[in-house]
Amino acid sequence: MTTHPAGFVSFSSQVRRAMVMLAFLIPTVGGATTVEEDMVWTGGLRQALFGDRAITESDELIVLDVPARAEDAAIVPVSITAQVPQTDERYIKTIYLLIDKNPGPLAATFRFTQASGRADLAFRVRVNAYSPVRAIAETNNGELFMSRRFIKASGGCSAPAASDLDAAMARLGRIKLKTGDVARTAHPNSVQLMISHPNLSGLQMDQLTQLYAPAHFVRQIKVSFDDEEVFSADTSFAISENPSFKFFFVPDRAGELTAEVSDTKNQFFSQTLQVHTEGDKELVAN
Amino acid sequence: MFVLRRQRERGNRRRAILLLCCSAYALSCSGGAPRTQRHCAEPTGVVQVASGIYVRHGRAAVVFEGDEIANIGFIVGERCVAVIDSGGSVAEGAALDCAIRQKTDRPVCYVINTHVHPDHLLGNEAFQGPGVEFIGHAKLPRALALRGDLYLERASAYEKRELNDSVIVFPHRTVADFVELDIGGRILIVRAHPSAHTDNDLSVVDRNTGTAFLGDLVFLEHLPVIDGSINGWISELEAIAGESFDRVVPGHGPVNVPWPSVVTPTARYLTDLRRDVRKRIAAGEGLVSAQDGIRPPRAGDWVLLDRYHRRNVGAAYAELEWED
Repeated sequence: MTTHPAGFVSFSSQVRRAMVMLAFLIPTVGGATTVEEDMVWTGGLRQALFGDRAITESDELIVLDVPARAEDAAIVPVSITAQVPQTDERYIKTIYLLIDKNPGPLAATFRFTQASGRADLAFRVRVNAYSPVRAIAETNNGELFMSRRFIKASGGCSAPAASDLDAAMARLGRIKLKTGDVARTAHPNSVQLMISHPNLSGLQMDQLTQLYAPAHFVRQIKVSFDDEEVFSADTSFAISENPSFKFFFVPDRAGELTAEVSDTKNQFFSQTLQVHTEGDKELVAN
Repeated sequence: MFVLRRQRERGNRRRAILLLCCSAYALSCSGGAPRTQRHCAEPTGVVQVASGIYVRHGRAAVVFEGDEIANIGFIVGERCVAVIDSGGSVAEGAALDCAIRQKTDRPVCYVINTHVHPDHLLGNEAFQGPGVEFIGHAKLPRALALRGDLYLERASAYEKRELNDSVIVFPHRTVADFVELDIGGRILIVRAHPSAHTDNDLSVVDRNTGTAFLGDLVFLEHLPVIDGSINGWISELEAIAGESFDRVVPGHGPVNVPWPSVVTPTARYLTDLRRDVRKRIAAGEGLVSAQDGIRPPRAGDWVLLDRYHRRNVGAAYAELEWED
């Protein structure tokens, strides 16, 4: 699964509206998971992505954190915390983030290596409707673990669209890459990658005039430390405007951390950060 | 959007046909029954705030969790009536139209939408008709294109009926800077603001009475909601502070708070929030930690703190993390 099944379960607005109408015909029972909630997952999403492979639904490998209620549907913070370190014997290779009821349920696919140290991740997504959110981790041994939550998108005036599109466009492609001042060797160090990009879905475009906002979003991200990949991602428009990712890497020396980003218009952006370690503190002082 | 646009064109054709019919009707009958005699359900809580200027007071609530949320109103001229925001549903728009009929026999000629939010403009369709011009910010059409479908979906869920695309009315005339509208005996100045509460805020000033409808540039009671730019909003409030109005109708909250103190709560909330968020970003704190850490202001001034404060911290954070 290296590329996206983009639009693979694509709902027209009419169908989505019909589903909303349906939603108040089917009563939700207590706080428990209902058949209706998981309709997208059981009705094809699971099969399309993972076939008949066994998936353990448990928080023992990764824990997904999302707010129970999304105050702002355009910026919903998501964090994933690995419960095991990345070792050579067993490490998390891939994490899939699914938002069942979004127009494209596969929000992103993240890939880690042993050099990630910890397969922890924080980023922000857009959520269109009340929906299950799933983080599914795949280990190097091919095991699959799923951490599932349910999210209520609310705050009717907020839309999962850019609030200030012109500001976002004006800054398009600017990248900020941040770590601590001095990296600790042989330890997971946190990195923040910020990409200025409107990440437009194109779903709302006026088909006749093409006047508004055609699809334009970040599709691929690759972060390497001295040419060795530490983190990469295939992303969709479910990632919020100005994508921001927090993840880890383990440097064994001073070196260069490079982020390479490409979008759906085949625009390419990159940024490099000099990483200093305790051993070359003098460099930082200069 | 597809459907929306077709609908709009159908609407325009319908308007043209109606216009023909009405002119014919007017010619043959020289005017129908006075508009005031028609039965309709007038909303409660419509007050006159200045000569010929009426406001229907809103009650703070989260959009699609309540009705009559925003302050909406109208200004009666010698020639015609300008509506300023139409409310959160077609029913609300119709009720406002009814209130207008009780106060005057002048026709509605303008519906001015102060911004894209559904509690302010989903009543538009109630005013669709010949001779009614819808006016919005130059960026309103784009905002409506991006959000219209979603608003319809949420409004349909709230009203428990499938709403037609015709509920979303695009402006006929857009304002990038300002325009003056002559409604007979009074001039309304409609001004487009840079990105603030949203990226499509309009304000309306009636010169005769010194009354300003500032839309959601100014909130009272209802916690301000950032959906444009916190920096832009603070600058815009600073710029407005240099002006002088006899009275201000805020987008939410009471209409009797004098200028300029009417602006103070919004300005203070935004500047405090910006200071706090900047501090957290500088300290390397993440979004969630900032949302958990930045306490809401004291409850005495605001309602809906639990629904909008975290959201505002998030919106401010997402903007301010790109400063420098």
